[in-house]
Amino acid sequence: MKETLLSLEHLSIDYKIKGGYLSAVHDVSMDLYPGEIFAVVGESGCGKSTVAHSIMRLLSGGNAKIEGKILFEGWDLRNYTEKEMEAVRGREIGMIFQNPLDSLNPVYTVGNQVSEAIMLDRVEKQEAMKRAIALFQDVKMPDAGERANSFPHELSGGMRQRVMIAMMLSRDPRLLIADEPTTALDVTIEAQILEIIKELKQTHNTAILMITHNFGLVAEAADKIAVMYAGEVVESGDVFEIFERPMHPYTKLLMQALPRKTKKEGRLQTIDGSVPRILDKKPGCRFANRCPYATETCRTQTPAVAQISETHRCRCFLAPDEIPSDRKGA
Amino acid sequence: MAKMVELDQMEKHFRISKGMFDTSRQVVRAVDRVSFSIEEGEVVGLVGESGSGKTTLARVLLSLTKMTGGKAMIDGVDLSKATKKDLKKLHQEIAVVFQDPASNLNPRQTVESSIMRPMVIHGVPRSEARRKAKEVLDMVKMDQRYLDSYPHQLSGGQLQRIAIARALALSPKIMILDEPTSALDVSVQAQILNLLLDLQEKMHLTYLVITHDLNVIRYISDKIAVMYLGKLVEFGPTEEVTEHPKHPYTKGLMDAAPILDPRLRGRAKELMKGDPGSLINLGTGCRFYSRCKYATAECEKEDPKILNVGFGHQVSCVHPLQ
Repeated sequence: MKETLLSLEHLSIDYKIKGGYLSAVHDVSMDLYPGEIFAVVGESGCGKSTVAHSIMRLLSGGNAKIEGKILFEGWDLRNYTEKEMEAVRGREIGMIFQNPLDSLNPVYTVGNQVSEAIMLDRVEKQEAMKRAIALFQDVKMPDAGERANSFPHELSGGMRQRVMIAMMLSRDPRLLIADEPTTALDVTIEAQILEIIKELKQTHNTAILMITHNFGLVAEAADKIAVMYAGEVVESGDVFEIFERPMHPYTKLLMQALPRKTKKEGRLQTIDGSVPRILDKKPGCRFANRCPYATETCRTQTPAVAQISETHRCRCFLAPDEIPSDRKGA
Repeated sequence: MAKMVELDQMEKHFRISKGMFDTSRQVVRAVDRVSFSIEEGEVVGLVGESGSGKTTLARVLLSLTKMTGGKAMIDGVDLSKATKKDLKKLHQEIAVVFQDPASNLNPRQTVESSIMRPMVIHGVPRSEARRKAKEVLDMVKMDQRYLDSYPHQLSGGQLQRIAIARALALSPKIMILDEPTSALDVSVQAQILNLLLDLQEKMHLTYLVITHDLNVIRYISDKIAVMYLGKLVEFGPTEEVTEHPKHPYTKGLMDAAPILDPRLRGRAKELMKGDPGSLINLGTGCRFYSRCKYATAECEKEDPKILNVGFGHQVSCVHPLQ
């Protein structure tokens, strides 16, 4: 049995807003193992980025109320001082974002910026530059040596994301958090970046927490998946199992909403209504108002997480009973 | 069937100069001798990476920019010879929906006045415009109560419905949909795609859908046009192009597109290297030359000719795939 690298235990995050608290994340638990790509998917506002940012302690302190545990190699990151956290960021946990241009300094060359990260480990400047160029080669940057002297604005979107990955690699973290890493890129470039991430998992045994709304990426690369809805993980497990036998009505409907066919094969499934803003935590399932199978129980009681198989978990009263799949949305 | 849009060697070149003494005369060939046609009631998907010229092509059709060469016929009107009167008629017949509905609806106008605006410009009496606004709102399956809402009160999916309603206001024959669902979540995307198809079938509209999402294109279109650095590289019926791509670039694009089924993960695919590069001062020869693994000396020398490979399938390649 492998040791878990990162475990979230009953993580809840509430944002303080005018007149109360907004429940952004509620009772989220997940386990990440080394050498595994774990994808957190969900639509905008489901809390997936809030989860990622809370791990790195990037949420603005005063506004977010956090409960639960964030265990990294068994230690609760929430008990770390700010100084200890600084040692974790980059060194132990690396992060890449959707828009690399926001993360790069426009007035320094990219080689300079990557070697700066390497110099944090007390490496000589020239040696650091050499290593930076080697890293650029690792991320398949064409003309790596020359490119190191480029400024961020001179590079394309795909190249910039490669620079970010090289920078992250320079500290060789055990966990990489990738927040929508390819959303701003063209499909051909997206495929190249995805290959680099997969390679990273294989050669460095890095664990990757991938935050995305793109089911294509998940189907293409993830080992495990957690589907989030309105701040909760509604279903999680092995990617093949979730795609083939989704249990939660939300996951089921979402799978049928994906454009996997042509229009000759009929219209796509839709989900009526919209995601609720959870202001006060009332009992009841958060998906109940949109769920075609909802019963009175769903509206008045909160469903617990049902263990369907060793890895497959689902937060629904109806699981694990087979929900009729031929019934269309109400 | 009548041809709704007919492009013949259409060109849009931009001159760039670096000041008044610059004599280098650099040219960006954003759309370079593109020919294809769209039949009435057909959905054509236009795909390509950023910078391939797909939006420029749409802008020419909308007469937002003037083409610099070739010919474009829209519903029988020659765009380069059109008079002011012709253009005004065209503007009623051709409508557009953009990617980000939040940025092209006026934040200070109500939904009703946004929908009425194109009608008022085209001289529809106010009372008539008001009635029509209710009608199109109904067509996009939105409640009348939203007429008095402002854009910031609506969600992304609702805003896109308003944008579609506004495009329908002048009863167009052609709709250009520029990345209509790229800013939307999966479940909302499905709603908008269904709505667009329902409208298209009911009103026999002609669509040109521009997107980089191949799964969306495969779902919605009858035919697919693939552009690469300003050139049309492949054109044909959806199944033909997606299942039997003839151009190495189309093949690469299809391989790169993320599949929505993890079981197909191990499928044979070849990833293209590099990126498209610059459009400035491209010489002759195939533009895909530097990224193509089948490229020969011949490809570098001359522009590939357009080949017909049957089933209305065209490809512009010296060595089309078997």
